[in-house]
Amino acid sequence: MSHVLLIEDDPAVRDGLQMVLTRQGHTVDAVETGELGLEQLAAVTPDVVVLDLMLPGMDGFEVCRRIRADGDLPIIMLTARSDDMDVVAGLEAGADDYVVKPVLARVLEARIRAVLRRTGSAPRHPDKDQPDVERHGALTIDRGGLAVTKSGTPIGLAPTELRLLLELSGTPGRVQSRQHLLEVVWEHGYLGDSRLVDACVQRLRSKIEDDPAAPVYVQTVRGFGYRFGPL
Amino acid sequence: MSRRRWLTSLRARLLLAFILLCVVTAAGVAGATYVRARDVILQKAQDSAVISLTDKVKTLYPVGGLPPSQAVLEEIAGKLSGRDDNAVVVYEGRKSRGSIDLAEFSPALRQAVADGDVAWQRIVRGSTPGLVIGTQMVFTQPDGTPKAALEIYSVRSLLPEQQSIDDLASSAALVGGAALAFAVLLALLATRSVLRPVRELGRAAHQLGEGDLTTRLTVRGADELAGVARTFNNTAEALENQVGELQRMEADARRFVADVSHELRTPLAAMTVVTDVLDEEAPGLSGDVGRAARLVSQETHNLTRLVNDLIEVTRFDSGAAATALDEVDVAAAVNATLRARGWTDQVETELTPDVRARLDPRRLDIILANLVGNALRHGAPPVSVRLFAEPDWITFEVGDRGPGLDPRVLPHVFDRFYKADTARTRSEGSGLGLAIAWENARLHRDGERQGSLVAGNRPDGGAVFVLRLPRYATNAADLGGPQ
Repeated sequence: MSHVLLIEDDPAVRDGLQMVLTRQGHTVDAVETGELGLEQLAAVTPDVVVLDLMLPGMDGFEVCRRIRADGDLPIIMLTARSDDMDVVAGLEAGADDYVVKPVLARVLEARIRAVLRRTGSAPRHPDKDQPDVERHGALTIDRGGLAVTKSGTPIGLAPTELRLLLELSGTPGRVQSRQHLLEVVWEHGYLGDSRLVDACVQRLRSKIEDDPAAPVYVQTVRGFGYRFGPL
Repeated sequence: MSRRRWLTSLRARLLLAFILLCVVTAAGVAGATYVRARDVILQKAQDSAVISLTDKVKTLYPVGGLPPSQAVLEEIAGKLSGRDDNAVVVYEGRKSRGSIDLAEFSPALRQAVADGDVAWQRIVRGSTPGLVIGTQMVFTQPDGTPKAALEIYSVRSLLPEQQSIDDLASSAALVGGAALAFAVLLALLATRSVLRPVRELGRAAHQLGEGDLTTRLTVRGADELAGVARTFNNTAEALENQVGELQRMEADARRFVADVSHELRTPLAAMTVVTDVLDEEAPGLSGDVGRAARLVSQETHNLTRLVNDLIEVTRFDSGAAATALDEVDVAAAVNATLRARGWTDQVETELTPDVRARLDPRRLDIILANLVGNALRHGAPPVSVRLFAEPDWITFEVGDRGPGLDPRVLPHVFDRFYKADTARTRSEGSGLGLAIAWENARLHRDGERQGSLVAGNRPDGGAVFVLRLPRYATNAADLGGPQ
């Protein structure tokens, strides 16, 4: 089905996760440190990385940043429940999603599938008559080719960032609540963690906005959510 | 301080005692001096007047025969009158001219003079005090025998003496008043210096009572109050040490719980991950093995929930719990909680539509899920959720139609691990659910407004939990969204 790179230092958790993910039909490479994980990435390219934040040596945040620097590989963090600030830090480091340990195999599996779906086909444009390629100011969004360019320069977006941009730009000028975005982009239930949206919006802005502090494309509507434009 | 309390205060009593002492002393000394001085002044004035009159009378002899003519009376009166005194001479009903009316003199004076004594009387003429001295002038009869014939009265003004006495009185009053004012000042200073340590002691004791165990007094001097201050300091120090020790022990206990919970989590994480394997394989396993697999799986979930709840509680205790606020449609949030757990058909809702509030949706979900879950498990249908909105508050009411809560249980429903029956039978929850719900409610704050969760019984039967949250919660660690 898909190729998962699992970076987890605890042998029992690592073995358990490897076992259940393999049973679900994934190919799993399991390593115990961030350094080994990065080495592995140089050799093979998995579809998704499942990354424990608390690692000996290089910690999960650093691993996350390095993977992000190299490409748009989807990353799911494994975090401990009590480390709320870790979630924020991990999301800022570029993780696409997170699960809290102890985690049920089927929950992690669902998150992996959701993040993999984001790398697949784009959502259909609500208005079918619209061409696949849209221009919004300096931004060109190719829904068919899943590519974004700004003033002709390609912009590398992680799958979740791209999916969020496609979702928001699908209805320019309309406000979308964090809860709604969590449901359609992350496929979380209604009560997902809205910080996922906020962190992803920040990463997206840093890539597409001229001035991320004064965003033009992805605007905050205080108390309601986010809106694409108006430009 | 009320008037009555001020009057009964130590300071007022000391001050009053000082003033009383000073007034009595000043009045006593000044009064006695005044009376004595007045008597001496009057006596001297009187003596000198008597001597002066009798001396003058002696120089008049010899006078002519009896009866004296009116001219003789006038002459004698003239000779006896001076700058300060005015004389009148009386002979058998006739008297020398002048302003003096004999009716001013008392009959006793007249009688004494008639009897040959030198007598005196104080009178007031107009507003002027005066002294009347009366004496007799003896005529020698032709046969050589003396005969008392003329009554001589000399009226002398006592105005200078009165003025001296008045001066004396006013200076006595002045000195007394000054002494009193000075004494009051001294008394104030004295009470102040005596009472300042007492006041400081009172303030320090109050602070200590308020919980500031670091309160200490500055020890001044070596008197009794300094001793009290030292005792106070020693007591406060002992108290601080003991409370500190207790707090350390409590913190140790909490840290132990937190550490244990964290240590349990890693093996539990491994176990939880593989429970799905057990669940999937259990139906295919024979009798006991299948049952064992299901049991391990189920109990792993229970243990996980307990450990997660414990960790959540330790986060509240350590102050590490923070809200992730978002502005949400409250009715939609309630419906989502019910829908996510498949309770929509079991719960009657009465939700004011279009109420937006700023809160932590995850924590609201935890609270509502706990309250509704409890009502469904322990209460009787219909279970209801109602939502009311005020400008600054939103209120949720979760009720059921069961037997309600035992009044003895009511004060403890939010206690950790509190079980209504003492047998501590296992229930579905961890025993921490309501405690966590309560903490989650209180975590919502908006300035002075703080969320609350209270339990009660409806008058018409059934338990009811009322959750009240500030409508626009605020948080320093607000992650409401990047601008």
